[in-house]
Amino acid sequence: MKNYDTTRHVRGESLFADDFLVPEGTLFASVFAASIAHGKILSIDISEAEKFSGVKKIITSKDIPGQNQIGGIIQDEPLLAENEVHYCGQPVAVVLAENLLIAREAKKKIRIAYETLAPITDAREAYAKGMLIIPPRIFSNGNVDEAWKQCDVVVDGTIETGAQEHLYLETQGAIAFPTEGNGIKIISSTQGPTATQRAVGKVLGLPMHQVEVDVMRLGGGFGGKEDQANAWAAMAAVSAFVTKKPVKLILPRQEDMRMTGKRHPYSADFKIGLSQDGKILAYEITFFQNAGASADLSTPILDRTLFHATNSYFVPNVKATGLCCRTNLPPNTAFRGFGGPQAMFAMEAAIYKAAKKMGVDASVIQEKNLLKEGDEFHYGQLAKNSKAQACWFKAKEKFNFDQIKKNVEKYNAENKILKKGFACMPICFGISFTNTFMNQAGALVHIYSDGSVGISTAAVEMGQGVNEKIRCVAAEIFSIDKSKIKIETTNTTRVANTSPSAASSAADLNGKATELACKYLFERLVSFVKDAFNYSTTDPIAFRDENIFCNEKAIGLTWVELIQKAFFKRVDLSAHAHYAVPGIYFDREKNKGNAFAYYSFGTAITEVTVDCLRGTYIVDSVKAVHDFGKSFAKVIDRGQAEGAIMQGIGWMTMEEVIYNSDGKLLTDALSTYKVPDIHSAPKEIEIHFLENSDNPLGIFNSKAIGEPPLMYGIGTFFALQNAMKSFRPEKEFQFSAPLTPEKVLLSLYY
Amino acid sequence: MDHRKIQQMKNEIQFICNDREITTAVHPATTVLDFLRKSMRLTGTKEGCREGDCGACTVLVGELNNEIILYKPVNSCLLPLASLHGKHLVTIEGINQIELNPLQHAFVDEGASQCGFCTPGFLVSLTGYFLTNDIYSAEEAINSLDGNICRCTGYASIKRSVEKVTNEIKLNKNYSTLEKFVELKVLPGYFLTIPERLAAIKLLINQHASGVFISGGTDLFVQQWEKLLSSDVQFLQRDASTPTIRIEGESCFIDSQTTISEIKSSGILQKYFPQLENYFQYFGSLPIRNRATAGGNIINASPIGDMTNFLLALNAQLHLKEKDKGRVVPLKNFYTGYKQLDKKENEILDSVSFNLPQNIFHFNFEKVSKRTFLDIASVNTSIYLEEENLTIKEIHLSAGGVAPCPLYLFKTREFLLGKTISPQLVKESAEIIQTEISPISDARGSAEYKRLLLRQLFFAHFIKLFPKIISLEEVV
Repeated sequence: MKNYDTTRHVRGESLFADDFLVPEGTLFASVFAASIAHGKILSIDISEAEKFSGVKKIITSKDIPGQNQIGGIIQDEPLLAENEVHYCGQPVAVVLAENLLIAREAKKKIRIAYETLAPITDAREAYAKGMLIIPPRIFSNGNVDEAWKQCDVVVDGTIETGAQEHLYLETQGAIAFPTEGNGIKIISSTQGPTATQRAVGKVLGLPMHQVEVDVMRLGGGFGGKEDQANAWAAMAAVSAFVTKKPVKLILPRQEDMRMTGKRHPYSADFKIGLSQDGKILAYEITFFQNAGASADLSTPILDRTLFHATNSYFVPNVKATGLCCRTNLPPNTAFRGFGGPQAMFAMEAAIYKAAKKMGVDASVIQEKNLLKEGDEFHYGQLAKNSKAQACWFKAKEKFNFDQIKKNVEKYNAENKILKKGFACMPICFGISFTNTFMNQAGALVHIYSDGSVGISTAAVEMGQGVNEKIRCVAAEIFSIDKSKIKIETTNTTRVANTSPSAASSAADLNGKATELACKYLFERLVSFVKDAFNYSTTDPIAFRDENIFCNEKAIGLTWVELIQKAFFKRVDLSAHAHYAVPGIYFDREKNKGNAFAYYSFGTAITEVTVDCLRGTYIVDSVKAVHDFGKSFAKVIDRGQAEGAIMQGIGWMTMEEVIYNSDGKLLTDALSTYKVPDIHSAPKEIEIHFLENSDNPLGIFNSKAIGEPPLMYGIGTFFALQNAMKSFRPEKEFQFSAPLTPEKVLLSLYY
Repeated sequence: MDHRKIQQMKNEIQFICNDREITTAVHPATTVLDFLRKSMRLTGTKEGCREGDCGACTVLVGELNNEIILYKPVNSCLLPLASLHGKHLVTIEGINQIELNPLQHAFVDEGASQCGFCTPGFLVSLTGYFLTNDIYSAEEAINSLDGNICRCTGYASIKRSVEKVTNEIKLNKNYSTLEKFVELKVLPGYFLTIPERLAAIKLLINQHASGVFISGGTDLFVQQWEKLLSSDVQFLQRDASTPTIRIEGESCFIDSQTTISEIKSSGILQKYFPQLENYFQYFGSLPIRNRATAGGNIINASPIGDMTNFLLALNAQLHLKEKDKGRVVPLKNFYTGYKQLDKKENEILDSVSFNLPQNIFHFNFEKVSKRTFLDIASVNTSIYLEEENLTIKEIHLSAGGVAPCPLYLFKTREFLLGKTISPQLVKESAEIIQTEISPISDARGSAEYKRLLLRQLFFAHFIKLFPKIISLEEVV
């Protein structure tokens, strides 16, 4: 199955925000940002910049007609800094000029004076100083304090995971057009059109119906454009509103890197207790989440960390505490996995540390504790339809785990400088927004009188193939060729009150809504056929390959003829449908409930080779058995899995976000922040689709795929440590990710 | 500078963009990326980073050479428009035909495009691979994509589509000419008319003596693209009458305008340095190597320049020129501080030379960076060594990333000369190296790491060159 959209990608004909032709007179925006991480603004002098030839206007907080506030969940984020700055890179002003070069030059003439305040860049320091965004969150079950007494082995330790830059290839951006009657239209590169609409409405002081947000596609999002696309759309909107001119604001790469948040760095203290035979009896963990300067999505991200504290294992006694710490870094935000990966890294570290103490391979403990059918998570939901063990045992058998271990041992005995290592990484990831209300979507399907179909949904296409999946849904129900189906832009005037395309759920939610809308139309057309051809109500009508059948016989009517006839008989050929995921709820006071529609499972085995002279390494292979449910778009699903794994490996290895102690980002370009290139990809990658799995809550029984496989990347960290252990068996390595070549070398020799 | 002369020169930039003759008057330092996207409205070429690190803006530049066009992939974000004069610029739009070509087909079939933003760059690079090679291998085709970053696919599907298409095109032997590519529908038919059309454009000789000298521009356009747009710029041109790499007497001369790609594949140099291709595969990416020059790398004075590091260990000499006057400076004495050079403002680096080894010698280059490919070294080092029965007769050592400028290790050389290679000697000299360096902590690593890493890479030289005498256990 091909992805129809990619036929335009390969010709360079797909349009991204920066590619749209803008009208004559459009102004170009450049954002002036704070150069310090924390301070009071004493004065902003824009007079020199304003005089610069070609500059049309400089927008500061004073020019904002509505509220200077874009905080989504917690109202703690001004669009433009007013009295204080809280992170280096915080937007202060927007320079508008007749071309971008002028705007960028003029920006250099803005003078700002600060009274510098001490910045906090570390989450634990923020916690010590009482800088919590919300009170501590605690998810627990059983009684850990009692349980320690029954444990034969108890170990504790600390983990650190670094930030991760999204590095969507297309930077953030928006174009705003003033519309008649004081309205505004925005073309935005956003994962959440409604959130963008809401933010724009708020800063402009307009009702939502005055704000239209249109999204063609994104050049990658990965969570980075879920909440953080709003600021740039809102700045473009204010600029257009004030000047009455279209305004284009596209962030240059380095500004995008400096001004936007990343995956949250976490630090955590864990304690794990096991019985002699390797059963995990108790687990206690405290997460220090570095939220950055404002809440953004940090609080639901922290919740997901707590949900996934025990990864794919059953633990009877759990206490997981989450601390959302305010620091002077750019607000950290959603990134594929949404707090889950940090939790799973910690759980694995705890198991590896316990395994070392017990003198067993970590896989022994992993295997012994995998979720079984009906096991209860620490937040009260039961693991139903659990495939944790099925994936694990299939992976061990299919990829011959015992042989892998033997080969590694043999290789390491024969090689002095190069050492191989391996690791198993089971995953369990809950599918649904943990904020229950967000699990809804809408679809609007038009059948035009020539038989072609146009579909609008809430889903935003950003490379995950959601448009193709939705096209498949309609093609299947109408039984027409996919070339007859167009997926429209995502537009707030066609489908309102959308949830962002996030939480791996866009295809499920919008696919289901599309399925419903198409079924309404199908039923309508069937009734029409019965009426028009005098069939009885019980005669089975079917659509097959653009022909209409009754009682398995073609009735001599094509799809196109049917639609034309129906049109002339004044049948409504449009339908809207709304879908809400059934059976989910969560009590935020007790922190108990059925938070997820279902779970995604899998196991990956990773092999690596470390050069113990130079500290460098390669990933030899990643082989996974993954539960896709019944995949109906294998090319897309495989691609999601492979891409997520690579991103997870990047997070664990070379992707290092470095801020100095003043809160300035040192890795603010592709020359200093390295993401995996074609040579860093695993030499071998194999994805096996678990057999005999289904999932009635996914479209056509499939399962969500965007995020879960990212966490297979965690296996690379432990595989590297496994290899390093062969070179330095006596050493205790730190659980500090990313494990850069620097950290490998320093920990081997110091 | 005579204003009219600049104007005239500007007006004279003439080239072919895809199937269209272009004559343009925009500033010669305008990047090809901006020209394509803004003036030509060809938006298939994307801006991803503007520093040659992502490849989303990759284009092909074809140059006529004895009636044959040689196409090379380059980063259009670092490419000044002036460099296109008399050449054929090819973007994704110039490759498109009514139907998808076999490369595009393979990308669609294997799902090698997800969000689509990097895709045109990958396909242009891949097209470049097929146009510049006679024999195809999937491995080399994949290597040719070392300048293209994809954030979505994890590269597995891209590799699969490359393998597929390499196999398909492999079946058709001797299909390396433009005619065959047109027949295979890899390229549209107009490509066949290009050689004749290019020949009709008169080549320019722009000779002015002042302004900003620009060589390949792969660093200058990262740092100063806006400033260059308001500067008088002079693009250094090569002297077409002599080979860029040549042997004169006992010396090898490399013209300053020689690209890293030319050095990497030089038969003359490979004879002396059989591992040359391996060393320079770590220098930038293919599109960068196609533009970056030896001279640019030296004058840029980056403390971690790979080319400079290599040449320092060859004890190279620099030949500087100002009008008719020339002088020779040893490379090891050329740097006086961070980005400080023993060079007058209007002096131009003409060429670099080194004495061809007369005796049997050992050579090795080591580089470690956070990412192995297309990354700036945390530390790099080269060694040149002549010995007789393990007694060191001559040695040159260089180190990058550990001082404000590319470093020649004078003291360590003094210490090692005349001594016999042993594990003890290697250990002792590693201690001396530590007294010669002054690394700082930055995005490429902590000072502590760079000290340790240089020690390790110094060990690596000897472990690699003298495996029977030096082993890792004996030196650490």
